[in-house]
Amino acid sequence: MSLLRLENINTFYGGIHALKGVTLEVNEGEIVTLIGSNGAGKSTTLKTISGQVKPKSGTILYNGKDITNTPPHVTAFDGIAHVPEGRRIFPRLTVKENLEMGAFSVKDRKVIEERMERVFHYFPKIKERLHQKGGTMSGGEQQMLAIGRALMMQPKLLMLDEPSMGLAPIIVEQIFEIIHELNEEGMTILLVEQNAFQALQIAHRGYVIQTGEIVMTGPGQELLVNEQVREAYLA
Amino acid sequence: MIEQVLHTLPQVLIDGLALGAVYAIVALGYTMVYGILELINFAHGEIFMTGAFVGTAILLTFSGLGWITSMPAIITLVLVLIVTSVLTGLLGMGIERVAYRPLRNAPKLITLITAIGISFLLQDLVRFITELKNGNYILTGPNLFNKQIGIEASSILSVFNDASVKSSFFIVLGVAIVMMITLDFFVNRTKWGMAMRAVAQDRETAALMTVNVNKVIALTFFIGSALGGATGVLFAVQYGTIDPYIGFILGLKAFTAAVLGGIGNIRGAMFGGILIGLLEMFAAANLPIVSHGVLGAEYKDVFAFAILIIVLIFKPEGLFGKVTVEKV
Repeated sequence: MSLLRLENINTFYGGIHALKGVTLEVNEGEIVTLIGSNGAGKSTTLKTISGQVKPKSGTILYNGKDITNTPPHVTAFDGIAHVPEGRRIFPRLTVKENLEMGAFSVKDRKVIEERMERVFHYFPKIKERLHQKGGTMSGGEQQMLAIGRALMMQPKLLMLDEPSMGLAPIIVEQIFEIIHELNEEGMTILLVEQNAFQALQIAHRGYVIQTGEIVMTGPGQELLVNEQVREAYLA
Repeated sequence: MIEQVLHTLPQVLIDGLALGAVYAIVALGYTMVYGILELINFAHGEIFMTGAFVGTAILLTFSGLGWITSMPAIITLVLVLIVTSVLTGLLGMGIERVAYRPLRNAPKLITLITAIGISFLLQDLVRFITELKNGNYILTGPNLFNKQIGIEASSILSVFNDASVKSSFFIVLGVAIVMMITLDFFVNRTKWGMAMRAVAQDRETAALMTVNVNKVIALTFFIGSALGGATGVLFAVQYGTIDPYIGFILGLKAFTAAVLGGIGNIRGAMFGGILIGLLEMFAAANLPIVSHGVLGAEYKDVFAFAILIIVLIFKPEGLFGKVTVEKV
């Protein structure tokens, strides 16, 4: 069953037609990746889903519910966690407070503690830095914190916007491993990446977006060996 | 000359602390709103003034009903503070909703000019209502705490002159400190305070954490304006006579205090306020002495704003501020 479905979404930035009739689907339990070059509309797609940007036309269905014009704090409450591009850690909140922000809608202190323990299980490094300010951490640590913060929401759908951006290859490797692990444990993931090779390797299905249009879709392994994809994104 | 300066020092410290506490809390309102919206809310001085009028009006009503003599003064004051701060808090929230929120995505200058417009509007509105009710827009409230207390500073150091304090000084200072500690606790130790800081740092991302940003901004305006209004009451209690224009200069000085402490920084604003109050009183007492009568005490305002200029030139991020790097 599809957890998320975009139908013919058109989004504009002023006069710029950023998404031209995007249709895509994420099924429960899948990793779906959206790949494409800079400015193709990958981030805009995620922002449109979470409600940061309003589409001009089209519908977004989540869990059978129309969330096309839902503001971001409500989509988040409904279970869609969006880890934005550039991680966007709160720089002057401590690491612990950053995590607590992720569980802002949770009132029960005990639930928050439990979720935090789970985040430490995935990212043991975070635990050592709880009382440090978020802005003082390295890029890789910030990315882990950003994902950890999203996990604090215990989302049904985790959307990641270029988690590999600007990170050393070994860190990228670690992060993709954790994404894979999260999925194995049942988390549905929509992954936006410029690093097409890494993304397609762990994805069940992929979409290729070019200047705001979905130009190709198929299973991850298939796209990985596709001539056009190889030439444009894997060369 | 030094001796003369020292003579007046105890009195300067007392008066400076009372004034500084007032500046500090009004500065909090500026700094909180700036921190969250990057807006210099010039109407905040007028919220303070409105608080002074609302408080005085309530006190006058009480005294008309004869309650002032039958109730302990401190209970009367607490009652007036609570009612006034709720009213001015709602006023601030209303202003944000009606005037600033529709301009959330407009260029900063437009919101700034709107704030100045709101400030004029409040001045004239308060003046109009007061004149209508009172026949005169200058208002003198009943004196709640007018006992004079002598402080024998000369017994500490013989060079000091004795100082005298109105009992309201202790009330003003006490209430101000309680308000500052409470706010500091709220912002740094509670969930909604954390949400406030998160929204100030990254509004978009805070929304992704299920935070209703509009609610947090409204809350910020409520708290800032409630504190500002309550401080207006304290001002009226301490200084007695008020007019609709007290918010203007005082607001500017509180703003100076906020800049001095590093705008957006809550503890900085408290510190800046106290410092400006002390410096101003020091200047008022000593300018005529130091300049041999060339500069009168009324030059104290020049003194306060000279500080603003010096801070802006040499340390624009303020004493406690962080240098912000413009993001590309």
